[in-house]
Amino acid sequence: MWHVIPLFIALPLAGAFLLPVLGRGRRWVSDGVSLAVTVSLCLGSFWSLTKLQESAVWVYTVGGWKPPFGISLVLDGLSAFMLVTVNLVAATVVLYALRYLDAFTGRWQFHCLFLLMVAGMNGVVLTGDLFNLFVTLEIAAVASYGLVAFGTERHELEAAFKYAVMGSIGSLFILLGLVLLYSYTSTLNMADMAAYLQARESGSLKGIVLGFFILGFGLKAALVPFHAWLPDAHPSAPAPISAMLSGVLIKSLGVYALCRVIFCVLGFTPAISEILIGLGILSMLIGVVLAVGQWDFKRLLAYHSISQVGYIILGVGLGTPLGLAAGLFHLFNHSIFKSLLFLDSGVVEQATGTRDLRRLGGLNHRLPVTGGTTLAASMAIAGIPPFNGFWSKLLVILAAIQAEHYWAAFWAVVVSVLTLASFTKVLKYAFLGDLPERLRNVHEAPVSMRTALVVLALICVVGGVLWLPELRSWFLDPAVGVLGAGPAGMAESLVRYWP
Amino acid sequence: MTQYFLCFVLFCVGLYGMLAKRNLVKIILGLVVAEAAVNLLFVLVAYRTGAFAPIVEAGGGPTRMVDPLPHALVLTAIVIGLATTALMIAIAMRIYAHYGTYDIEEVRELKG
Repeated sequence: MWHVIPLFIALPLAGAFLLPVLGRGRRWVSDGVSLAVTVSLCLGSFWSLTKLQESAVWVYTVGGWKPPFGISLVLDGLSAFMLVTVNLVAATVVLYALRYLDAFTGRWQFHCLFLLMVAGMNGVVLTGDLFNLFVTLEIAAVASYGLVAFGTERHELEAAFKYAVMGSIGSLFILLGLVLLYSYTSTLNMADMAAYLQARESGSLKGIVLGFFILGFGLKAALVPFHAWLPDAHPSAPAPISAMLSGVLIKSLGVYALCRVIFCVLGFTPAISEILIGLGILSMLIGVVLAVGQWDFKRLLAYHSISQVGYIILGVGLGTPLGLAAGLFHLFNHSIFKSLLFLDSGVVEQATGTRDLRRLGGLNHRLPVTGGTTLAASMAIAGIPPFNGFWSKLLVILAAIQAEHYWAAFWAVVVSVLTLASFTKVLKYAFLGDLPERLRNVHEAPVSMRTALVVLALICVVGGVLWLPELRSWFLDPAVGVLGAGPAGMAESLVRYWP
Repeated sequence: MTQYFLCFVLFCVGLYGMLAKRNLVKIILGLVVAEAAVNLLFVLVAYRTGAFAPIVEAGGGPTRMVDPLPHALVLTAIVIGLATTALMIAIAMRIYAHYGTYDIEEVRELKG
C-alpha cells in the first residue's frame, strides 16, 4: 500500500514538467493533463484515507535509505486529512479553471505552475523530514508567487512582489529555526528529532526555535501581526488561484506545518497554548474588523480568510481533544466554503467586469447558480445552521468554554456576528435587489464552472455530517489522534512502523 | 563566537535592506544578503575544530570529521534562493516596464 505515497508528489511534478514540452499551443493537452492529475490525486487521497484505517501509519523510504538517514514520506492520520482537503479543492478548482482561463493567455503556464503548487503542498503534508518540508514548502510558495503575478498588470505585479518579499522572510525564519534545531539534534527526521528532544532537557533552545517557527509559519499562514501581504496577494490572483491560496495554501504551508512542528516535534506546553490562543483571537478580531469596511468583493473575502484562520488557530491552540477536533474541522470547512466564495467572485468579476460591490446588484436574476452557491457559502462562513461552518464554529466556542477560556469564546461569538453582518452586505449589494440597467446582459458561467460551484456548495450544505461518530472516526479522529499523541507518539512511530 | 555574531549582524543587515529600503532592487539584494547569512550559519554549525572532510578510504577515514550533511542542505537552500531571486527580479522588471521606476513609494497603488 505504502508504494502509492510518492505518487502524490511525483504525479503533479511529472505533469508540471510535461506541460512545457507537450502543452504549447494545444489547449486540450494542458487541460487534460491537469484535470487527469488532480482528479486522480483526489480519488487517491480518499482511497488512501480509507485504506489507512487498517494500519495507522504508512512510511515510504525514498531510495531505500533507512531512517533516520534518508528522506521518508509518512502518511498518518493528520497527513491523510490534509491530503484529502488539498486535493479535493484542487480538483474542483481545475474543473472551474478550464473555462475561466478562456479570458487569459498562457494556459499551459497556468497549469504548469498550478501542478507545481499542488506537488509542493502534497510534499509538505507527506514529508517526514524537516528539511524536505522546507524544500517542498518553497516549491509551493515560489509557484504561488508566480501565479499571483499571472495577470502581469500593475496590481498583480505589485501584490506578487510584496507577497514574495514577505514569503521569503517567512522562509528565512523557518530555515533559521531548522538550522538551530539541526545543530542541537543532528538529525532531520522529525520522528527521530522528537525522540531526541524527548530524551533530553533542551533548555532555552526550544523557546528560540519555537519563536522562529511561529514567525515563519505565521507569515505563511497570515496570522495577524504578519498578515499584511494577504489582502493584496489573494485578490490580485486569478479567481481559481485565490481559491487555492485562501482555501488550502495558507493552511498546508502555515497551519499544518506549524501544528506538525509544535505538536509532533517540539511538544505542546501551556505557554505555547497561551501564545496560539492570543494569536488566534487577534487574527479573528482584526481580520473581521478590517473586512467589514471593504467594498472590493475579493478583498473582503481575503480579510475573512485571516479571521477564519484565527478560529482554526484558536481551536488548535486550546490543545484539548475537543479543541483540536474543532480546529481541524473548521480547517476543512473553511477550505471548502472559502474556495467556493472566491470561485463565485470570479464568476461575478468575469460576468460584470467589476469587483466593486457598490456597482453590482440583483445578480440573482441573471446568475442564479452563482447566487445560490454564494448564499450557501456565506451562510456557512457566517455560521448559520445547518451549514458546515456552523458546526465547526460552535465546536470551537464549546471547546473554549470547556477549557475555561471564556474570553476566547466571547470573542469567537462576536466575530461570528460581525462575519454575518459582512456577508449580509455582500448578498444585499451583489445578489439581491434590482438589476441595474448596465448588467441586463450578463451571462451565467458555463456548465463546467457551475458544476465545480455546485459540488463545493453541496459539501457546504451536508458537511456537518462529518461530525457524526461513524464519519468522525474515519476522517477527523485519526488526525486529532496524531496531534494528541504529541512527540511521544511521533517517536514511537519511528520504532513501530518504519520498514 | 565572533563568527556567529557576525553571521547575526549580516542577517540583520539583509533584513534591514528588505524592510526599510524603497528601491525594489535593493530589497532583492537585502534578501540575497539575509539568505547568505542563514546559509553561512548552517555551514558554521557543521564545523568542528581540527576535523577533516569525511572521505573514507579502504584503510579507514579520519577520526575527527566535520558534519557533511549541512553542506548538501546549503547547496539546496542556495538553489531555492536562486529560484526566488530570479522570480523576484523578473517581477521587478515587469514593474519597471509598467511604472518606469523601481521606487516602491511610486508603485504603491494597493491599500493594505
